[in-house]
Amino acid sequence: MHMHFVQNFPFMGILLTLICAVLSSVLRPRAARVVTLFVIAAVTCLTAGTLAYTVSTGESYVYMMGHFPAPWGNEIRAGSLEAVSLLFFMGVIFCAFVGGKERSFQDIEETKYNIFCILVDLVILSLQALVYTNDIFTAFVFIEINTLAAAGLVCMRQTGRSLVASVRYMIMNLLGSSLFLIGIVILYTITGHLLMEPLYDSVQLLVASGEYRVPLLMVVALITVGLSLKSALFPFDKWLPGAYSNSTPTGSAILSSIVSKGYIFLLIKIFYRVIGIENIFALGICDVLFVFGVIGMIMGSVSAVRATTTRMMIAYSSVAQIGYVYVALGMRSEAGIICALWHIVAHALTKSMLFVSASALDAASGGTHKRRDLRGVFYRNPLAALAFTLGGVNLVGVPLLNVFITKVMLMEAAFDAGGLHMAITLTAMVISTLLNAKYFLGTIQTFFTPKRDEQAVRVKNSFSLTVGLVGFIVLNFLMGIFGSQVLDIMVSGLACFV
Amino acid sequence: MGALIDRLLVNYESTASVILFCIGFSTLLMNNNLIKKIIGMDIMDASVYLFLACQGYIKGRTAPIIVDGIQSVEKYINPIPAGLVLTGIVVSVSVTALMLALSIRLYYRYHTLNLDEIIALAGKEEV
Repeated sequence: MHMHFVQNFPFMGILLTLICAVLSSVLRPRAARVVTLFVIAAVTCLTAGTLAYTVSTGESYVYMMGHFPAPWGNEIRAGSLEAVSLLFFMGVIFCAFVGGKERSFQDIEETKYNIFCILVDLVILSLQALVYTNDIFTAFVFIEINTLAAAGLVCMRQTGRSLVASVRYMIMNLLGSSLFLIGIVILYTITGHLLMEPLYDSVQLLVASGEYRVPLLMVVALITVGLSLKSALFPFDKWLPGAYSNSTPTGSAILSSIVSKGYIFLLIKIFYRVIGIENIFALGICDVLFVFGVIGMIMGSVSAVRATTTRMMIAYSSVAQIGYVYVALGMRSEAGIICALWHIVAHALTKSMLFVSASALDAASGGTHKRRDLRGVFYRNPLAALAFTLGGVNLVGVPLLNVFITKVMLMEAAFDAGGLHMAITLTAMVISTLLNAKYFLGTIQTFFTPKRDEQAVRVKNSFSLTVGLVGFIVLNFLMGIFGSQVLDIMVSGLACFV
Repeated sequence: MGALIDRLLVNYESTASVILFCIGFSTLLMNNNLIKKIIGMDIMDASVYLFLACQGYIKGRTAPIIVDGIQSVEKYINPIPAGLVLTGIVVSVSVTALMLALSIRLYYRYHTLNLDEIIALAGKEEV
């Protein structure tokens, strides 16, 4: 079969990132930063090419790695859903890396700056691999690479708290990886495959014949629990706030929006391409995810209301937003899955913007971390305050922005599901939205209330911070305004999953 | 009951790996000492690799290295699980290395390896 040149792009992106990550270790800090920026730009362009190609052909393709055909070799697979998600993720990484540049230089020892660049490269690498892989064991390897890189990002500031957060992050995440690995091993022993297509066929045969029911159930349970542990679904969220709030701004943004999202994307991929979504709906695992998602939505928001520091508040709000994703997954319908996929990207864009702008606001208020010290910060750093405001009202749910679309879709999916699902989802959404409004709007309100008898001193934003924040704002608006187009691409990409 | 015990005895590698996994898992979660946690984590990983490795082994067969020109599939074991275990070992070595490095850092800073004490001490520091 004739292969189009564009089909090489996903593989080239992965390879390029790997080479540059190695190269960064011997470069000077500034050169390493340039190389990382180059990686981000190159992967973004390659992804855009892949997106254009897959949208124009309307189908996905499988790319053979090495010279061993299926069912032996290793493969990657690209479709429009993978490409469009990855493109937005790359936009997030670019804005987070550029926007947090200065703070990263302050927070990180100069001799360690290369390591920081390598870790960002490795996150990009494992993100691409997790999104594109067609082989379930490769997925495990890159999950581990992702975990190690993320743990490095958590402890990059080398304060006591960040080291502790990193250890806790590692312990919980390794537990998740181990469970995931056991799931894969059992799946391998009952099917004899590791590539997703042959796995899917074997699993369908097993389901039809009724053989190995219990092991199959165990596989689904282990993989789901493993990945939800790693993506911080309630009650596995204890490691999250410390990890997100003690990293550098770039680190927090990448951790909250990229690292945890890659796992959920992989979970959906496994549901569709390995187990078969009908079997998942029939197994009842969705109900478990639904229940924990609902609790997460509420508990995350409650903790966020209580948080005293801005970054802790944003971190707890992530727990609630992850809850939204899992509630959508628990709807047992295609509409729910699409809502989850949309929210993965929407939340990634918003949360990273919040983390980067929050650190700029803290810096403008005399290096504070407390929410109450941000009074009147709008007059000191208007751009960062606007970016934070946009992110905050977005998460509360305002039309034209992307999270509003999530909420509409989730409601539609809940109405379709009907009965108890509908009642619980709507109640939880109302409570969570009210709590969201309380802590976000409450914080934002203080931004615009000037301090008494004090002349506000404007902070001059560096060029990179301005680029990062404006980039975030543009990305969020783009995704909201072109929502229906993005959604169409996602729906057609999901259709290729089967 | 007898049938269950028979099954456990026949698949003794799997039984052993489940027991090891439980030991490792509980050590990782319940012990406060960082080094013991890391040991627990390694036991847990090793048990998964044991489980994986024994799935590819078929009694009475040898490693798939062709000797004396015998190319029959019946003669050899499945090498893929062994390959996967090797990959897994590489992963868990790097994980152990990172965890030990973090433990050393924490020990220098707080002069203890007890994670609860470390968390309490770190909580008192400035954000």
